[in-house]
Amino acid sequence: MSSPQASGGGATAETPLQRKRARTIFEQGAPGRRAFVCPEMDVPEVDPAQLLPEHLRRIDPPRLPEVSEPEIVRHYVSISKRNFDLDSGFYPLGSCTMKHNPRLHERAAALEGHARLHPLQESERAQGALELMWNLQNALAEISGLPHVSLQPSAGSHGELAGVLLTRAYHESRGERRMKVLTPDTAHGTNPATVTMAGLRVVKLATDAQGGIDIEDLRAKADGEVACLMLTNPNTLGIFDPNIEQIAAIVHDAGATLYYDGANLNAVMGLSRPGDMGFDIVHFNLHKSFTQPHGGGGPGSGPIAVSERIAPFLPVPVVTRREDGAFELDHDRPHSIGRLRGFHGNYGCFVRAYAYIRSLGAEGLRDASENAVLNANYLLARLRQADLGEGRRVEDLLPLAYGELCMHEFVLSGGPMKRELKLKTLDLAKRLLDFGFHPPTVYFPLLVDEALMVEPTETETRETLDAFAQAVAEILREAALEGPEIARNAPYTTPVRRLDEVAAAKHPVIRQAL
Amino acid sequence: MLAAIGVSSIEELFARQIPEAVRLRRALDLPAGMPEQDVYAHLRELARRNVSCEEELSFLGAGMYDHYVPAFIDMLMERSEFLTPYTPYQPEISQGGLQVMFEYQTAICELTALPVSNASVYEGPSAAAAAAYLAKLHNGRSRLVVSAGMHPHTIETLRTHAHGYGMEVVEVALSGGVTDLVAWRGAIDGDTSAALFAQPNFYGAVEDAQALSDAAKDSAGEDAPVVVCQVDPITLGILRPPGQCGVDVAVGEGQALGNRLDFGGPSFGLFAAREEYLRRMPGRIAGETVDVDGRRGFVLTLQTREQHIRREKATSNICTAQALNALGGVAYLAWLGRRGIVELGELLLARTHYARDTLTAIDGIDALHTQPAVRELAVRLHADVAAVKARCARAAVNPGVDVQALTGREEDRGGLLVAITEQRTRADIDRLAQTLGAAVAAEREAVAV
Repeated sequence: MSSPQASGGGATAETPLQRKRARTIFEQGAPGRRAFVCPEMDVPEVDPAQLLPEHLRRIDPPRLPEVSEPEIVRHYVSISKRNFDLDSGFYPLGSCTMKHNPRLHERAAALEGHARLHPLQESERAQGALELMWNLQNALAEISGLPHVSLQPSAGSHGELAGVLLTRAYHESRGERRMKVLTPDTAHGTNPATVTMAGLRVVKLATDAQGGIDIEDLRAKADGEVACLMLTNPNTLGIFDPNIEQIAAIVHDAGATLYYDGANLNAVMGLSRPGDMGFDIVHFNLHKSFTQPHGGGGPGSGPIAVSERIAPFLPVPVVTRREDGAFELDHDRPHSIGRLRGFHGNYGCFVRAYAYIRSLGAEGLRDASENAVLNANYLLARLRQADLGEGRRVEDLLPLAYGELCMHEFVLSGGPMKRELKLKTLDLAKRLLDFGFHPPTVYFPLLVDEALMVEPTETETRETLDAFAQAVAEILREAALEGPEIARNAPYTTPVRRLDEVAAAKHPVIRQAL
Repeated sequence: MLAAIGVSSIEELFARQIPEAVRLRRALDLPAGMPEQDVYAHLRELARRNVSCEEELSFLGAGMYDHYVPAFIDMLMERSEFLTPYTPYQPEISQGGLQVMFEYQTAICELTALPVSNASVYEGPSAAAAAAYLAKLHNGRSRLVVSAGMHPHTIETLRTHAHGYGMEVVEVALSGGVTDLVAWRGAIDGDTSAALFAQPNFYGAVEDAQALSDAAKDSAGEDAPVVVCQVDPITLGILRPPGQCGVDVAVGEGQALGNRLDFGGPSFGLFAAREEYLRRMPGRIAGETVDVDGRRGFVLTLQTREQHIRREKATSNICTAQALNALGGVAYLAWLGRRGIVELGELLLARTHYARDTLTAIDGIDALHTQPAVRELAVRLHADVAAVKARCARAAVNPGVDVQALTGREEDRGGLLVAITEQRTRADIDRLAQTLGAAVAAEREAVAV
């Protein structure tokens, strides 16, 4: 059994001596120090007051740092080392699809023809970019089984908002005012938040014993006021809803639309398509299934694909191809819900997603999903079977919440672990940090007691999955033998230890005092 | 691996979970995969068919600008530690990213002279829509009064979102290049939730922000709307900041700060406000705290505003910031520094006015307005803008943005919006003048014939 400090090697190991008090860039430098050299004032000097009257002028300059370039570089490189990242270790964060980010994509996106292309460049001189967007639209249409695509939304949540606004526009075009949106209790928090922002009302659906939608509950609630059902399939339990055809039929019979939250698309690429399941609107997360790096919390990109009946309402602009083969941006769509943001979407993310799709091709995408599901089931099996001694196994303490197999992710319940070992899911997660792993998503979905949501992705090796299962088993053994205190006080090897989040929220300090 | 799971094939994993009727029993109709070098060659070929700011003398702006991005920022943004993590859900191993957010928030507060900032939102126009939603949550009213000087994309984005929020958008026209103060005052009433304007405005004109804020607050008395200003952060070294002009919420497009053009994204949107709006802010916010050993650290804070906790009662559905782009932003601001941001502003101001004087001295080119302009100016060509631009393109000069093509307003016919960054020297401006002047003359001659 390991002593707390010696175990693992840590997420971003700093020795106690290295653990200095964090200093911000605003606490460094000296008056007059600088990095920027301003280009020469090469135009005639004019009295500044003549160009900009006094009352429009800033009086005191903003108190930005006064630092040299080497200081800036050293500062940000140093603090970067206080981050755990996907390139350094396993990151099985459920519903986040932390798959490898190929560096080819960064190189391609950095080409001047992409990176220094102005969004208002004339279409005829941005044909490469428009062709890329056109090809990506078509690929996403094929992957989703829905023919019309808008690349504009900035993130999954933005795509959801687009989807609900599209649903509203569709019903309004038919003279109907449907105000309710059904969301399962397993839904991502963005679903209900989006519904409210789009001016509609959330009605929750129950989950049945198999982890799918409770059909009777759906039947009872699918009335003429329902605009839409928002569904993730496989859902956040990692379960592919076995009744999907029936669900689609009930929703369509009620005159509502079916919305697919594409957060879990990584389970089904090339294997099953939302369009074929009966969905009308899908959003993609290019930062999940299609390798746009997550950037520590953005940027993302959330294109949407829709069926024929929703197509007239798509946001503007849409890339189209003229008869002569040239590409252009179509703004002239009279039924469009309008624009969701500036310009055409997060093109830099399109370059990366497109590079990924071209690298893998049809077969490669299917292989990716097959291996994502294989890896998840293998890790699930390894975790369940891991021996804790005295005839006990991990699954006795961390049972699978629903089902037998899983798709690309699975949810364990830490309820028994908490009751028997006095070890909460949060403590298990924090102790995993000392073993050099990013923990799974915790306490989501909400309907599972002490939930632990694990998504390994296809890009992890069997050895990594084995090591993770062993680490979980070791933490449980440690708690069983030595009590829960070690885990409760974890982590020990990280740049900082557990942080006081209550104090942070109670008396918010959200900027450096200057 | 299959044996450990207890299945005989990968197919069995799917067959047992996905109903046969919704299985795709054919290959996706996509091109076959390619080795890395071939994919790179293909993307390079596509890049070659774009004319970037590298290949022509570009004066394009109107929301995104070709400012220089220092090399070290590329290096930082490509570091695995910043590029590849998720949102910092585990603060013990995310101190780097969280500290960057905290520093970013500090820098934005300084720039805007407002006390609170979030860790960024998607981009500029949708940041304005997020501010409108904040106003709705704050006062429950349903009217948005919007200056016609806001970017057309912002106004369109506001309209799209406002329909969802159940709000209406009322546009106030310009007069002499800036928001018509009388019309502005007249449009704002006790039902107005927010009053929004841009500084500088879409036409490059510097607005009297204080007068607009005062008018908004006077005209509605006790029921004053939330005053929202869309700022251009790179001008805030010399322009009076929104926090000192009576503005409640400042939003803006952050691309000019250390981010690439990328054909329009990704970039970041800044969002800062007065203290009283803190708990209604959208998006992530990093806060300072201590760990169990008393060591300084940072966490995501005030999360009870957010969708993963509050669900349908959240202040926004936004669940990420634009963390990587905001890193570029704060590193850029540190690079400019306290003096640099002022020097850069003075340089842009002087060159912009030089460009205006030089261009409007040409026969067939007038000023669209004569308001102060900081780094973008609007002129009117007495010739068809698209045709003139095509002529300039032959000389590898892109003279700017066709105003009417974006606004659709009749009064903008002939309008050309010319952006001046520090990468455009006096010699470049002179070359623009020569090329544009010749193109306008040639086009007028061609039409006359």
